[in-house]
Amino acid sequence: MDIIPTLANQIATTILKQPKRIIRPDDKLLSSGLIDSFSLVDLSIFVEDTFGVRLEDTELNAETFDTLNELANLIQQRQA
Amino acid sequence: MPTLAYRLLQYYQDDPERLAIRLLYNRQPEQTLTYRQLVLGAAGYTRTLAEAGIRPGEVVILILQHGDALAYSFFGSILHGAIPSIMPFLTEKLSPDQYRRSLAALFEITAPAAVVTYPEFLAEVQQAIQPGGSVRAVIQTSQVVNETELDADLLANGLSRTENDIVLLQHSSGTTGLQKGVALAHQAVFNQLESYTEALALKADDVIVSWLPLYHDMGLIAGFILPILSKVPLVLISPFDWVRAPYKLFHAITQYKGTIAWLPNFAYNFCAQKIRERDLEGVDLSSWRAVINCSEPMYLHSHQLFLERFQPYGFHPEALATCYAMAENVFAVTQGGVDSPVVIDRVSQRSFLTERIARPIQGDEPAINMVSAGPPIKNVRVKVLDEHHHDLPDRHIGELALQSNCMLTGYYERPDLTAKAFHNGWYLTGDLGYIADGQVYVSGRKKDLIIVGGKNIYPQDLEGLAGEVPGVHPGRVVAFGVPNDDLGTEDVVIVAEIDVSKDELQRAERESLPLEEIHPSIADEIRQRVTRGSDIALRYVKLVDRGWLLKTSSGKTARSANRDKYLAEQ
Repeated sequence: MDIIPTLANQIATTILKQPKRIIRPDDKLLSSGLIDSFSLVDLSIFVEDTFGVRLEDTELNAETFDTLNELANLIQQRQA
Repeated sequence: MPTLAYRLLQYYQDDPERLAIRLLYNRQPEQTLTYRQLVLGAAGYTRTLAEAGIRPGEVVILILQHGDALAYSFFGSILHGAIPSIMPFLTEKLSPDQYRRSLAALFEITAPAAVVTYPEFLAEVQQAIQPGGSVRAVIQTSQVVNETELDADLLANGLSRTENDIVLLQHSSGTTGLQKGVALAHQAVFNQLESYTEALALKADDVIVSWLPLYHDMGLIAGFILPILSKVPLVLISPFDWVRAPYKLFHAITQYKGTIAWLPNFAYNFCAQKIRERDLEGVDLSSWRAVINCSEPMYLHSHQLFLERFQPYGFHPEALATCYAMAENVFAVTQGGVDSPVVIDRVSQRSFLTERIARPIQGDEPAINMVSAGPPIKNVRVKVLDEHHHDLPDRHIGELALQSNCMLTGYYERPDLTAKAFHNGWYLTGDLGYIADGQVYVSGRKKDLIIVGGKNIYPQDLEGLAGEVPGVHPGRVVAFGVPNDDLGTEDVVIVAEIDVSKDELQRAERESLPLEEIHPSIADEIRQRVTRGSDIALRYVKLVDRGWLLKTSSGKTARSANRDKYLAEQ
């Protein structure tokens, strides 16, 4: 499964409720406010259920990941 | 009548080793503060303020996150006789420019003499300070040293304050909210605590657990001042941590046998839906005697979700409670569900919407389940007024007005706004509701205020931000809230008029595309500016052609009429 398109689709559909929205791999997600803090828990649940990778709640911030690229890298590292 | 400083020092003398606050942290061990430690830590700030030449009665703005420095500096300001006011910290999503503008606006209105912040945040604060302005000292937390014993001379200023002096200021956010600093006197705070303690049947063996931010009345009064001044232990969680790990509230209730917590309605849905099963292992909620829904519209459905999810963990159904509160009354106006279950009033939907009367349903007609906020607490009177400010009978919907012995002294330095807020000695809340059998029901708002997750948001602030976006007609923007049942709170919608060519209009019609998909960059820019410039994340933007928005006869944007039009088109 391609990580980036899967994440992009999930974020556009469930979190942003704008299914047609295109999210580029280097768009800022957290620091831009695109994903608000209340949706971070949703994102971490999705990542765990879909990719089997656990994100700790202490990691849900822009320092750990702020873009699809960074999140996908984090997922790949943990899957390896 | 004592003052807050006097009361705190009394606890320091009589019961120094008693636990006052337990601060929970994310990556560090918890920290406990006894009354002795709290007062000595606070006195460190009192000394620093005194040395900086700050005088009693002057405002001190605190820009700090969850932690001991916030507790110390708050009470340290009070021990000095100064007036603390807590300002939200910059979050990663907020635009630093916009934040700086808010700070500058706050400085302009409240004319603070000092600001307390972290060394890392010093540069940010200094950028907001105008040369020649009121701020004479920016105190860094690293400069302050806890006192080792109490120095009577140091406390003379604080102890010379009297019960009618202002003890603290509370603000809601945004350009509009900052204009209205709610100034509260010592006496008002004590009167509220006395009545509210009785309504809660608060006892020394209670344990209050809170994750609420202290810049908000629910966090500051219910989740900070009430327990500390009532000698009830407080377990404090950072709001920043809670939103990422809502289970932490349940772990804290379990570990410290928490008995009371306040939550805005959305948190019932959020906790019920977003916590993994594994994070609830070992959770025992049997000690919880009151979880109090407060600060935004309450839904029976949210209570049901919460109960279904947490009853298996020992949560008692009778612990569900409700409250109607506002900073202008220090905090609580009513309290329900403590000594008897929360009253649910099933009223006729038809009467409610067409006659503006909450009639009990007959037969199987469509009903609205109204959740009672309970009866007024002691020394608070509530009545319902029609639009000409005449009293309305029971069950008639109108504006809630109140009188109490714990009202604000005024909006700080804004006698004009204070005068407007009262009519014949009654404070006009701007909330709509009704009274039945002594229970108060809140059904909506007269003012166009939007409440999202318990935060008060002024639509004019959001409209101002959206109106700055190129392509949007200035002044032709409207913001309002629409309820989202799934989230248990409101979603914010912005409708903005833009210029569209004939071709674009035809294309929109032909392909049945909304204009925001023809001009996605404008819609995105609106979302971005509003999200980064305010306390909310904007989700819904609708772009419309010129002439879509309805105006009142005086040319103002009619928010509720536009909201109805928007909902009808969905």
